[in-house]
Amino acid sequence: MTTATIELKTRRVPGVAGFDTSFMVSAIVLLLMTGMAIFAPIIAPYDPNQVNFMSVYQGPSISHWLGTDSLGRDILSRMMFGARTALLGPLLVVVSSTVLGILLGVLAGWRGGWVDAVLARLFDVVFSFPSLLIAIMAVALFGKGLVAPVIAMSIAYAPYVARLTRSLVASERHRPYVAAYRVQGFSGAWIALRRVLPNVAPIVGAQSTLNFGYVLAELAGLSFLGLGVQAPAADWGAMINEAQSGLVGGHFLPALVPAIAVVIVVVAVNIIGEELSDRIGGEIPS
Amino acid sequence: MALVSIRRTVWSTGGTAVAVRRVVGKLGSLLLTLFLASLLVFFSRFLVPGDPVSFLLKGRKPSPEAVADITAEFGLNLPPWQQYFNWIIGVLHGDFGRSLQFRQDVSTVIGDRLPVTFGLVIMAGIMIAVIGLISGVAASLNRNRFWDKAILTGLTVFGAIPSFVGSIVLIAVFAVQLHWFPSFGSGEGFFDTIYHLVLPSLALTIVFVVLVGKVTRSSMVEQLDREHVEVATSRGLSRGSVVRRHVFRNAIGPILTVSGPLVAGLLVASSIVEAAFGIAGIGSLLVQSVDRLDFPVVQAVVLLVVTTFVAVNAIIDILEPWIDPRSAAGAGAR
Repeated sequence: MTTATIELKTRRVPGVAGFDTSFMVSAIVLLLMTGMAIFAPIIAPYDPNQVNFMSVYQGPSISHWLGTDSLGRDILSRMMFGARTALLGPLLVVVSSTVLGILLGVLAGWRGGWVDAVLARLFDVVFSFPSLLIAIMAVALFGKGLVAPVIAMSIAYAPYVARLTRSLVASERHRPYVAAYRVQGFSGAWIALRRVLPNVAPIVGAQSTLNFGYVLAELAGLSFLGLGVQAPAADWGAMINEAQSGLVGGHFLPALVPAIAVVIVVVAVNIIGEELSDRIGGEIPS
Repeated sequence: MALVSIRRTVWSTGGTAVAVRRVVGKLGSLLLTLFLASLLVFFSRFLVPGDPVSFLLKGRKPSPEAVADITAEFGLNLPPWQQYFNWIIGVLHGDFGRSLQFRQDVSTVIGDRLPVTFGLVIMAGIMIAVIGLISGVAASLNRNRFWDKAILTGLTVFGAIPSFVGSIVLIAVFAVQLHWFPSFGSGEGFFDTIYHLVLPSLALTIVFVVLVGKVTRSSMVEQLDREHVEVATSRGLSRGSVVRRHVFRNAIGPILTVSGPLVAGLLVASSIVEAAFGIAGIGSLLVQSVDRLDFPVVQAVVLLVVTTFVAVNAIIDILEPWIDPRSAAGAGAR
């Protein structure tokens, strides 16, 4: 690093606990969204599926804060209920792909040799299938809905987690503390799972949060295509799908509200994920 | 100039033999990945519990003739490996079987829809390359200053706008409100098609430009810190010439490596954009075929996307030593 330019540390607006403001705002946004999803039945002003032909395509008003859609349903209530499937799907995918990926990654990084080589080849094959494509294929095989895509995408995302875990474990394997445990007679599996894994897991976990946004966009996209959550149900992607026909008539709100919700959550999750992986990440071996 | 550098590359890697061996090795790896992927695509059908005839006939009347037809068409009474063998031999000859919904050859159905999607992906790819490179270079040259942060924030926000959101916003603003562009279909003739594909490819550009922009920035930043750049600057070369010839040329390798995921991503995302804009391309064909339970078409499109992805990756891999001689095997001085 013998450059003439000296890196100035990015000055950040100080916030609570040393996190910058954009992180705090994102965290609050996500908490609000999660709360909205959980308490939707209590806080939603209307039944999300209540059709009212007397009040079709109304603009925002006191009684309908975000207006009504083509069937006179309250958009705010549908948005609140829609948060449930929109957030639960990606959560399941991120958690299960992280668990699966960490296990495979530890196996590959710890055992090395042919196990590593075979797994690397398998990961390469999965990498060559874009995750949305795997999800679409799962629907083709097992039918519409979120169950098959969620399982399929958990498998699709696991190799990304596994590859990172593998490289971390492989570099950890030669650390002195591992040798110390070996000398004391601990088994390899015990060291890997009880001592190495806890060192590696937070870094991997922080990186995995970055996947949440992608998965959310892809699952919502699947529902937008009519292959995920099915139409009358309140789901962000499905709502946009239903609202498409109204666009040409100038009725933007029914599509725009869930669309903005998707973007807000994805931005917030990405900011949090990047901050977490910056902080916990440390050096990620290439 | 280009010729000279190619000669030098081959020379420094120890002659043509090494280069040939490297290319053969890459092709071998490509074929292995494609073979494994084809196994996955074919045998995925066997994961579905129950009778394959009823799976393939789902949603249609299971008349005895239809059952006999399907059994003969897919060779369902043969052992699985032989079914695969027959299928893959057909695929290698461009025969993907018959579409259940169109009663046409799958290859014909795909061939009819390929040009539009091709155009869409190329237009989006050009926009992404131009905007991504410009924004990435601009950001790296203003490192940690206002424009860097503005561009990075912009890329992050754009990257969070999924293509279906981008599509509906573009339709609302530029088609419905301003009437600048059509909101539906792919038009007729060359220029009309391009005109119709502006908004769809913009929707793709919005979400994918972050991929190129961020890689360009970080790759440029890495090079800007190198000693040779300092040397070039101290020799009195102009800033523009240093950036062009010493920084950007060296930074191009990592930027190229995103092309594979980018092209595959564009192909898959085209399913969403084509659905939003009512374009009859490969993407909407895939969705329609899933919807109408036309499994042979689904299989073919999936295999097509995967093959494209693997092939683009392999081409970049093979070309890289010619673009960036340092990455050639044997030339360890990095």
